[in-house]
Amino acid sequence: MLSAILAHAPALQTVVPLIAAPLCVLFGRRHLAWAITLAASLISALFAAYLLAQTLDGSVISYELGGWAPPLGIEYRIDAVNAFVLFIVASVGALVALYARESIEQEIDPALHVYFYTAFLLCLTGLLGVTITGDAFNVFVFLEISSLSTYTLVALGAGRDQRALTAAYNYLIMGTIGATFFVIGIGFLYMLTGTLNMADLAERIAALGDNRTLRIAFVFIFVGIGLKLAMFPLHLWLPNAYSYAPSVVSVFLAATATKVAVYVMLRFLFTVFGFDYGFQAATLQTIVVPLAVIAMFASSIVAIFQSDLKRMLAYSSVAQIGYILLGISLLNKPGLTAGIIHLFNHAVIKGALFMAVGAFVYRIGSSRIEDLRGIGKQMPWMAAAFVAAGLGLIGVPLTAGFISKWYLIQATLDEGAWWLALLIVGSSLLAVIYVWRVVEAMYLAAPVQDAPVKKAPWSMIVPTWIMVLASLYFGINTELTGKAASTAADLLIQATQIEKAPETVPGAPAAGE
Amino acid sequence: MPDIFPPALIFIAAAIVLPVLPKGNLRALFLLAVPLVAAHEIWQLSEGVTHTYELLGYSLTLMRVDQLSIVFGLIFSFAAFLALLYAWHVKDTVQQVTTLLYAGSAIGAVFAGDFVTLFIFWEGTAVASVFLIWARGTEGAYYTGMRYLIIQIASGVILVAGMALHYHETGSLAFGALTLGSLGTWAILIAFGIKAAFPLLHTWLPDAYPAATPTGTVVLSIFTTKLAIYSLARSFAGTEILIYIGTVMVFWPLIYAAAENDLRRVLAYALNNQLGFMVIAVGIGTPLALNGVAAHAVAHILYKSLLFMAMGAVLYRTGTAKASGLGGLYRSMPITALLCIVGGLAMSTPLFAGFVSKSLILSSVAKAYEPLIWAALLFGSAGIFYVAGVRLPYLAFFGEDKFAGAPERPKEAPWNMLLAMGLTAASCFALGLMPATFMSFLPYDVAYDAYTPDHILTQLQVLSFTAIAFFALWRFGLIKRPAPGILVDSDWLNRRLALAIVKLGAYISRNMWGLMSRTATRRLDAFLASIYRAHGPQGPLARSWPAGSMVLWIAVLLGFTLILSFSQSL
Repeated sequence: MLSAILAHAPALQTVVPLIAAPLCVLFGRRHLAWAITLAASLISALFAAYLLAQTLDGSVISYELGGWAPPLGIEYRIDAVNAFVLFIVASVGALVALYARESIEQEIDPALHVYFYTAFLLCLTGLLGVTITGDAFNVFVFLEISSLSTYTLVALGAGRDQRALTAAYNYLIMGTIGATFFVIGIGFLYMLTGTLNMADLAERIAALGDNRTLRIAFVFIFVGIGLKLAMFPLHLWLPNAYSYAPSVVSVFLAATATKVAVYVMLRFLFTVFGFDYGFQAATLQTIVVPLAVIAMFASSIVAIFQSDLKRMLAYSSVAQIGYILLGISLLNKPGLTAGIIHLFNHAVIKGALFMAVGAFVYRIGSSRIEDLRGIGKQMPWMAAAFVAAGLGLIGVPLTAGFISKWYLIQATLDEGAWWLALLIVGSSLLAVIYVWRVVEAMYLAAPVQDAPVKKAPWSMIVPTWIMVLASLYFGINTELTGKAASTAADLLIQATQIEKAPETVPGAPAAGE
Repeated sequence: MPDIFPPALIFIAAAIVLPVLPKGNLRALFLLAVPLVAAHEIWQLSEGVTHTYELLGYSLTLMRVDQLSIVFGLIFSFAAFLALLYAWHVKDTVQQVTTLLYAGSAIGAVFAGDFVTLFIFWEGTAVASVFLIWARGTEGAYYTGMRYLIIQIASGVILVAGMALHYHETGSLAFGALTLGSLGTWAILIAFGIKAAFPLLHTWLPDAYPAATPTGTVVLSIFTTKLAIYSLARSFAGTEILIYIGTVMVFWPLIYAAAENDLRRVLAYALNNQLGFMVIAVGIGTPLALNGVAAHAVAHILYKSLLFMAMGAVLYRTGTAKASGLGGLYRSMPITALLCIVGGLAMSTPLFAGFVSKSLILSSVAKAYEPLIWAALLFGSAGIFYVAGVRLPYLAFFGEDKFAGAPERPKEAPWNMLLAMGLTAASCFALGLMPATFMSFLPYDVAYDAYTPDHILTQLQVLSFTAIAFFALWRFGLIKRPAPGILVDSDWLNRRLALAIVKLGAYISRNMWGLMSRTATRRLDAFLASIYRAHGPQGPLARSWPAGSMVLWIAVLLGFTLILSFSQSL
């Protein structure tokens, strides 16, 4: 029985939340809808954990959907790269489902709760589908599922702030343009090769060699996904979407949506295009590296001047995506490993931070920094969670953020780009400033509320602290993250010829005395 | 071998347990027991690597024990004991916890065998210590603490950058001897230099130490700088540039110390001057010199704590530590006055610890054939004796009685402060009386006799002439109190006679500095304003953009990427 179910784990990964979504509407009761959502997302997370365990040794699972053989049929193809991302998305999804119940009580009209859960499950389905599938067009389909449901989720913030509607509308326009660009790129590829299966695409592209159609396809896919992952300066939709969405939606989007887009970028850059063309390297090195560095600085500085905590964290996300892109654009194994590790670590850290903010909004109805004065004494658990996760954001040792930055700095040094290493350290100092502003308001300023503020409910404290403890745990024990990321980087590099010389893995050789 | 619990973790575990204990004598006793238990553990340590752990796939060394780390570990524990005894009356949990964490981090850093472990404890000292400044609760203390914290954290960031570069170059994370040359080793030296208060990197020290609570300053004065000296001795022994840096350190702070009104700041400058002695000895780097570093660190921690304790007691009882508000206190606080004088004498008078350690350093300089540096040290010795050993007790305890007309005279310091000061003075005395025992603790086995006629004679001559000069001037009424609020006093003795040249130097450097810093401030303001224009809430980088403009960016990026990819040859 169990083995029969597990054999279909790849399909069930997306099917469970997909089926659960309409069930929420059908039953129409918000508490039941929550129970369904929690159950579906927990099951999803278990499947994702199982798939990660199966692929951690570098093996690949190929699952033919409906028994139709690829390249005609749709293939789900899971290796360490996407199993890791699936695990991030599904486990964050389960924690968010747990957290959502109390959080939306305050922020969303009870009549709309059912629709919230439906949209959330659809969004989860979409993100998992994008990650798991081995079919390029299927990526587009799932991308649209997740995007459309995201617009709904963001717009649900209108109950707290009407500006959520314009934020959702702008996001819709930008997201649609991104998706269109992406599908145009897929169209060019299809025109060129006559296939949509990624593995098949890679083989045929390699056989055909470089040509102008291929380049146009690449550019459209690159810009389309660049929009989705909020690459500077295509990030303009993100700050509004994150700040006006309901808190729980901000948590979910910040921890998963951009990460999945980064995964798609990796998949296309390395697996599909195969990376043996000069134009790709040129694009990354002339465009992405400078943009990533600008994002690291400009967005961090913008974050320093923000008065709203959610908006501050949103700009900080744009900066953190800069680190991830920088790691990838270094085009060496340590860089890729760093990018993938930071993908995970940032999901955990930013998720925890947004959860803490969600609790503040739940209790005092505001996420403005000036309203949070003295909250450290009134909501000790959540304030402490914010500080602990904030340390991770800065990259203080013994937190996950430090691991990311350590790998990233080693990767830049491997390329001899010590000036990039200095820029990474320099921009981390900006994070100290914006995190400190909040700490100062929470702990050192006199409380602004006269009425006592109650502690956050346990159903919010528990998921938040799970995230915080994870961010600390993965700062000390890097066995899982380090192994998954380095296996993933190996797999991506095997598909290409960018391996120049035997690379040294940071962290592998035992040092010390 | 019996498994020994790492002493740093004793402190940290105690810091976690402490808040649970009821406030009062039980908790105070527990506090006092912690450093004693740690010292007992350190006493039993055997040399070698005793504790390792795994982090990020590196095998790291939590405990690397040798004679150098044992000396520093012991004095840190003992000094923590004295400081906690001195602070027996303080009931503030935050100060108690952070004192333990601070001491634990410093001891952890001393035993660290690799740069990662060092770095963790290095930042630990920074974060824990700032609370001792903030505990004073004034707004000034808050901003001072902030400045202090930023500089200390920056030191850690530079250390981690240097460590990454160094690791990348050599593949080694071992916290051992380094050769200055690469960018990485320079970064590590600068990181150490910030904490050791190298010239130009020293501003945090006189800024922060006088801002802390009366008891907090005593704790602060013990660890951070001596940890830096230890790290320098560990990694940069024999690095020539340190000799010159140290020489500047011996002189520069003297200029300010001689003119300062706040007596705790005078001591902070004096501390900086004494660090110069140790930095020079590290630069010389011979076994004799390194013994001098260890010995002087021990002696210096003791007598500088004693002086800070005395000034802390004065501040505690009178509410001020400014020379302009003090005088004649020996009538009310005779024991404190006596102990303060002992602290001054302990700096370099025979029969006290400072004499032994200074003789070691002076001899090592002489043996390295550095006559100019030797003379400079002698002069620095005299200068600091004048400033902290004679002038400071005079200003605080003698001269015009500022409390004659007061309704209530200040009381003698509380018993616990007196006991702590007495124990500290006794230790200074004991180490000075038993130089052989003192020597047997030092890291290197070098035969040395501090009490030879020439050592005694040289030091005594210098000191007695300084003292005679001071008292002669005092007799003729030429010693004046600094006016309140003015950094440079109008003391014409300082200006015209003994320190005329020094003062001129101070004047020039201050004005140059002022001019430079004014220009720099203007530039910085303009720079920050332009950053704010671009990144502030209304700036183009932070505004909410209309959808059309966003799409424009997409078009720009698409066009640019297309052009770029087409421009590559097929």
